Amino acid sequence: MRYHTPTTFQDAAAIAAASTGTLRFLAGGTDVLVQMRAGMVQPDDLIDLKHIPGVDRIEKTPEGGWRIGVAVPGIVLGAHKELVRDWPGVVEGMNLVGSTQVQGRATLAGNLCNGSPAADSVPGLFAAGAVVTVTGPKGSRDIPVEQVPVGPGRTSLAKGEVISAITLPPRAKNGGDAYLRFIPRTEMDIAVVGCAVNLRLDGDRVAEARVALGAVAPTVILSEACAQAIIGTTLDDAALAALAKAAKGAAKPISDKRGTKEFRIEVAGVLARRAARIAYDRAKGMKA
Amino acid sequence: MARDDVKTGYKLIGTRPNRPDGLDKVTGRARYGADFSLPGMLWAAVVRSPHAHARIVKIDASKALALEGVKAVVTRADLPTGLTGEDLNLQDNTLAGDRALYDGHAVAAVAATSQLLAQDAARLIEVEYEVLPHVTDVDAAIAPDAPVIRPGVADYSVPEGMHGNVARYMEFGHGDVEAGFAAADVVREHTYRTEATHQGYIEPHAAVGQLGEDGRGEMWVCTQGHWYIRRMSAAVLGIEAANLRVTPSEIGGGFGGKTTIFMEPLTLALSKKAGGRPVKLVMSRSEVLRATGPTASASMDVKIGMKKDGTITAGQVYFRMQGGAFPGMSPIGEALPCAFACYDIPALKHEGIEIITNRPKAAAYRAPGSPMAAFAVESMIDELCRELNLDPIEVRLKNGAKNGSKSSYGPVYDVIGLQETLQAARAHPNYSIPLGPNQGRGVASGFWFNHGGETSVSLAIGEDGTATVSVGTPDIGGSRASIGLMVAEHLGIPYENVRVNVVETGALGVNEPTHGSRATFASGKAAIEAANQAIREMCRRAAAEWGIEPEAVEWRDGAAHPAGPNAGKHPPMTIGEIGAKMGSTGGPISGHHEVTAGGYGASFGTHVVDVEVDPETGRTTVLRYLVVQDAGTAIHPAYVEGQYQGGAAQGIGWALNEEYIYGPDGRLQNPVFLDYRIPVASDLPMIDTVIIEVPNPGHPYGVRGVGETGITPPLPAIASAIAGATGVRIRSLPCSPPKVLAAIKAAKG
Ligand SMILES: Cc1cc2nc3c(=O)[nH]c(=O)nc-3n(C[C@H](O)[C@H](O)[C@H](O)COP(=O)(O)OP(=O)(O)OC[C@H]3O[C@@H](n4cnc5c(N)ncnc54)[C@H](O)[C@@H]3O)c2cc1C
Repeated sequence: MRYHTPTTFQDAAAIAAASTGTLRFLAGGTDVLVQMRAGMVQPDDLIDLKHIPGVDRIEKTPEGGWRIGVAVPGIVLGAHKELVRDWPGVVEGMNLVGSTQVQGRATLAGNLCNGSPAADSVPGLFAAGAVVTVTGPKGSRDIPVEQVPVGPGRTSLAKGEVISAITLPPRAKNGGDAYLRFIPRTEMDIAVVGCAVNLRLDGDRVAEARVALGAVAPTVILSEACAQAIIGTTLDDAALAALAKAAKGAAKPISDKRGTKEFRIEVAGVLARRAARIAYDRAKGMKA
Repeated sequence: MARDDVKTGYKLIGTRPNRPDGLDKVTGRARYGADFSLPGMLWAAVVRSPHAHARIVKIDASKALALEGVKAVVTRADLPTGLTGEDLNLQDNTLAGDRALYDGHAVAAVAATSQLLAQDAARLIEVEYEVLPHVTDVDAAIAPDAPVIRPGVADYSVPEGMHGNVARYMEFGHGDVEAGFAAADVVREHTYRTEATHQGYIEPHAAVGQLGEDGRGEMWVCTQGHWYIRRMSAAVLGIEAANLRVTPSEIGGGFGGKTTIFMEPLTLALSKKAGGRPVKLVMSRSEVLRATGPTASASMDVKIGMKKDGTITAGQVYFRMQGGAFPGMSPIGEALPCAFACYDIPALKHEGIEIITNRPKAAAYRAPGSPMAAFAVESMIDELCRELNLDPIEVRLKNGAKNGSKSSYGPVYDVIGLQETLQAARAHPNYSIPLGPNQGRGVASGFWFNHGGETSVSLAIGEDGTATVSVGTPDIGGSRASIGLMVAEHLGIPYENVRVNVVETGALGVNEPTHGSRATFASGKAAIEAANQAIREMCRRAAAEWGIEPEAVEWRDGAAHPAGPNAGKHPPMTIGEIGAKMGSTGGPISGHHEVTAGGYGASFGTHVVDVEVDPETGRTTVLRYLVVQDAGTAIHPAYVEGQYQGGAAQGIGWALNEEYIYGPDGRLQNPVFLDYRIPVASDLPMIDTVIIEVPNPGHPYGVRGVGETGITPPLPAIASAIAGATGVRIRSLPCSPPKVLAAIKAAKG
């Protein structure tokens, strides 16, 4: 195994493009090192991204959004007051990952690129409308986060491409987001279902909404039907019921050791309702 | 609980000093199994069957042996032949013979100069399998079409006509159950199921073994019982017990799972083939879950009759338990006697069978068999209480066993504390806290026999008047502290002046493992006898110096005192003074005692739990949990409480989320802690404890074992609390959210 420590994304991309064997990037390593120890993957090239200047920073964009470096660990996101004020749902998703020890390392980009349909920060990123900057041998491009995962453990990134930043849009006035996951325990578990809701209010009415579901399909999914179920409503009981129905319709889970198909569908509806309620209260400026 | 016949007013017993192993453990200085290393040591890795059942056609290790640094490969062909009975079973489990019997069954092992190299080499060992039909479920294994896994497995007890996978049959009882059911106002009958669970000890199995061409060897190993490791390893490898010296490490949990061998003999077999170089083998978590000994899964029919006033008139059970692919491993022989052990019922009938499946060879797990039995019987009693609108504690007080009751399994109870635990549970504030919506309360009692067993202990007085105690029972739950307290109390010296060491097989007579909640009871009892012997000798030395009869000397407060009218006036001679000159007064002073300890008193407990169930997800939150249990005498109350809390935590895990999940291919689907869901700390409230002390007349200080009873009541108590919260009764563990939600939805129609 070759261990690389490039100091620019261009160099990282070049090393990746030249690699002929199994390749992994090393951000926090909380997936990749565990997989190596368990004998699940033996990379020929391991490219550590933490030597690239700026990867540990959270910066305000000129538009008022947030540009998050690919090595920023969950614990730093959670401690960033302004970011938490703008995107509480994204941050709470990331902060659910692992334990305090894991939080000291685990990153949004790693969570996204590991490609788990149950990744806890990804529904929040989808719902937020995050944009991902991808750097490859030919330069950089920005793509919506929903275009990254394509299947369990797989992303759309081409050979030689690396994510160089994740950008959250400016938080709209009267907006709020929330993420909930279902696990049988209280922590150190993997989402059986996850749901993130991001919305903006116009008075009491939902003007805009994005709803994402995790662990109910081969990738995290963005559900337009769920969004439509609540847009234009005051999130009254009828709207919540319609949202639950839409979430159940959007969920296409499998039965496995972590939960049955029927259970996941049912709970997708429950979590969508509950997350929407929290996002709504946050948009209203109520503590939740 | 003041009693005339029991000593009280102890100086040290009942206090809570720091445990002697505490600082080492919190600073990382304690040496666990995997911490041991030797010069020239090799590392081992094991090749395991990916199939639940397969004939091993061929094993080709040539590619592995061709790697530089690979020093030895062993397969079954390297082990002696001609073993019988349990020795053969142990050998079959150490390395598969012609057939792999479960997913994870060891097929070959390799030793190399590094752990990574050994793992690479293991991947290069090619095994050709012919896959055979398998069965993993306890009920499916006796369906007419189930494949017979091991023809001829049945022992003499199995009646003719039973399925070929039945290995054992048991039956006992008393009274006329039919008449009992006829006298009842309500008779109910249901089937209850529990899944297999693992002890979940945090420390994986680890050993360093060294065996020379001369057949003499040593092993350093994480175990609950190193004499068992010695006997079993020697049998599997065909060497003499005396030629194998086994030293136990500190132990990071065992709960019964480390009372037997799994991979330990492989270190010795590999070492011998590698020219006597020491070989280290450390299991991964997945290997632990796949290939060590979880407990049985069970399917249990229960029938109980009750009168409107709560009197239980008769009970009947039929238990089916599987303990994996080897006979004798299911705890059917414990589960049946435990089923009604908390009750005094006029008519009882117990029947049970042990079933063979393609699962790993089960091992003991904390009160083996009792939690399953309690789940079945205590759940049904709770169902009857709810149906008849009776208070579950009143019903248990009414029907519960008392001093002198004839137990459900035969013997008459001596002095027991079940009633006291019930009264204390009823009086505890937790029992009357009002419940909110979606909340429910469950009550259950539990029992464990406890155990004495083969015990050998030595004690030596130091030149400075301190005492060293050598015991053969590895300290898992604080037994060094407890034994130290008893010896210090007995000698009349400070706790800090007694050091208790767990010593190797060469240092004492045979000791059974730390199992059956016996270490503090049995090693403690033997240590007190050893102290008595040393006291007698110290009195003799003092008497000789004073020129009086030894009978005229009494031992008190750490010193010999002249006693009686003719003893004369001599200043007390302290243990320090006696120790300082023992070399010139007759030589070293020590005591030794060995016994197969009897007189262990049973321990009963009663638990009260409140839960809240999310009606939309089926998820259960434990709001508060109370353990009340009889300890006899709590030598070190903090460690008694620790045992109560630990037992409850494991029982809660078993009740809510833990289970072995097998796929249709017979492979274990959740061999990692991510998916084998033991409770994490934040899942549990602080578990409240009440220690009842009804001293055991069979122990000088009244000790009863306390380690096991606590895992028994949580299974039914949780299910009953869920029934209270939701109105639905889960009769099949675990009460996982998908199962509870499905039941809630089904009840709504
Ligand atoms: C004990 C424990 C508990 C956990 N609990 C959870 C949980 O509750 N929820 C959850 O979702 N996850 C959980 N995880 C998984 C893991 O912590 C998360 O997925 C984490 O966010 C991964 O981030 P990382 O920085 O450590 O990724 P790494 O391990 O460094 O990388 C993960 C993958 O992403 C790729 N990658 C990393 N950075 C980039 C990049 N910039 N561009 C392209 N590819 C990249 C790597 O090649 C690798 O394949 C847990 C892990 C552990 C060990």
